[in-house]
Amino acid sequence: MALENKNLSRQEFLKKLGLFAGGVVFVSTINPLKMVFATEKPKNGKWYGIAIDIEKCIGCGSCARSCKIENDVSQEPFYFRNWVEQYTITNEHEIKVSSPNGGIDGFEQPVPDEDIYKTFFVPKMCNHCSDSPCTQVCPVGASFDSPEGIVLVDQTYCIGCGYCVQACPYGCRYIDPLKGVADKCTLCSHRLEKGLDPACMMICPTHARIYGDLNNKNSEVSLFLKEHNCAVLKPHLNTHSKLFYNDLNQEVH
Amino acid sequence: MPVQVKRLLLVFAFFIAISVALIYFLTPKSFGEYGHYRGKALEEISSTEIKYVQMDDCAMCHDSIAELKNSGLHATLQCEVCHGPGFNHIEDYENNRMEIPNEGQFCMRCHIMNAASPKKVIKQIDAVEHAEGEDCITCHNPHQPWL
Repeated sequence: MALENKNLSRQEFLKKLGLFAGGVVFVSTINPLKMVFATEKPKNGKWYGIAIDIEKCIGCGSCARSCKIENDVSQEPFYFRNWVEQYTITNEHEIKVSSPNGGIDGFEQPVPDEDIYKTFFVPKMCNHCSDSPCTQVCPVGASFDSPEGIVLVDQTYCIGCGYCVQACPYGCRYIDPLKGVADKCTLCSHRLEKGLDPACMMICPTHARIYGDLNNKNSEVSLFLKEHNCAVLKPHLNTHSKLFYNDLNQEVH
Repeated sequence: MPVQVKRLLLVFAFFIAISVALIYFLTPKSFGEYGHYRGKALEEISSTEIKYVQMDDCAMCHDSIAELKNSGLHATLQCEVCHGPGFNHIEDYENNRMEIPNEGQFCMRCHIMNAASPKKVIKQIDAVEHAEGEDCITCHNPHQPWL
């Protein structure tokens, strides 16, 4: 070690240490060290929420397709920011869930029509929870809730440990195969910034997907929630999800 | 104070000083601006380029086609549902043509017969029975297919 080679006496060592500490203190007076505390949720301003009308989803997969293009998501069939699942409940009350390539290439009916008790599509995406488990587990502060209630990943700060992928109860995160960092739905915040709707919402041919400001009681999403009986996925986990489904069956998980 | 404790305190002070120095020099400037994250990240995430434009942008040039499409059941559809993203085409329309999906059963992406598709929202077609192998656009105008 450098200290041993120079045969530093204790006095000299302490002097140098003092000098170093003094230097740090001096620099920090120019640009003081600030403390970072957990923040309260903002009371005013926008608070984004999403509503999906299952009654209107035709399972075309346009949302998943447009999302992959808009956000440069890997085209491999394992990486999705949003996807569509087909739930099929047979007459024997067996529940089958299929999502071939996220619904992008269409769906094959898994059971003959006469055996089906009930079947429907469920589009899935990030729930943008108010109390997100994924942001709470991030060890470096790369995953966070924006002041507008959007759950985001700072990809230049993310270390790719994958805790958040494990923590998300809805399976909405993945590790980007090229960048090696966590990736997820951003509610197309780059489009919101420019006054455009998120790609999946804009492209949906039946307008089954709605988003808007939950604080504004006259926004499209607030009015939709008022007029329909909506539910969230896995409410028992207390994530306070902001993705509301109209006509959600209890079989959906 | 016993000399051991003094030394121990020194060691503690040393490590605390090192930690504070590391935190000080390694924390990005905008960290903590809004919360426990880099404030600049918000700006970076929202500065990404967009790929999907809007129908209004398409209608600036293709106004007659947009009008045709908007005259009936497909009025709520964006052009880019079928034609793909338009960001390149808007920049340089000669070298970046839009997708023209004229292959046989493209319309089946939405209009396919599936028990899970809600019948009151979309007209479903049994391709074999209805078209007998013909392309959809042999009979239907793709911008006015309901006629």
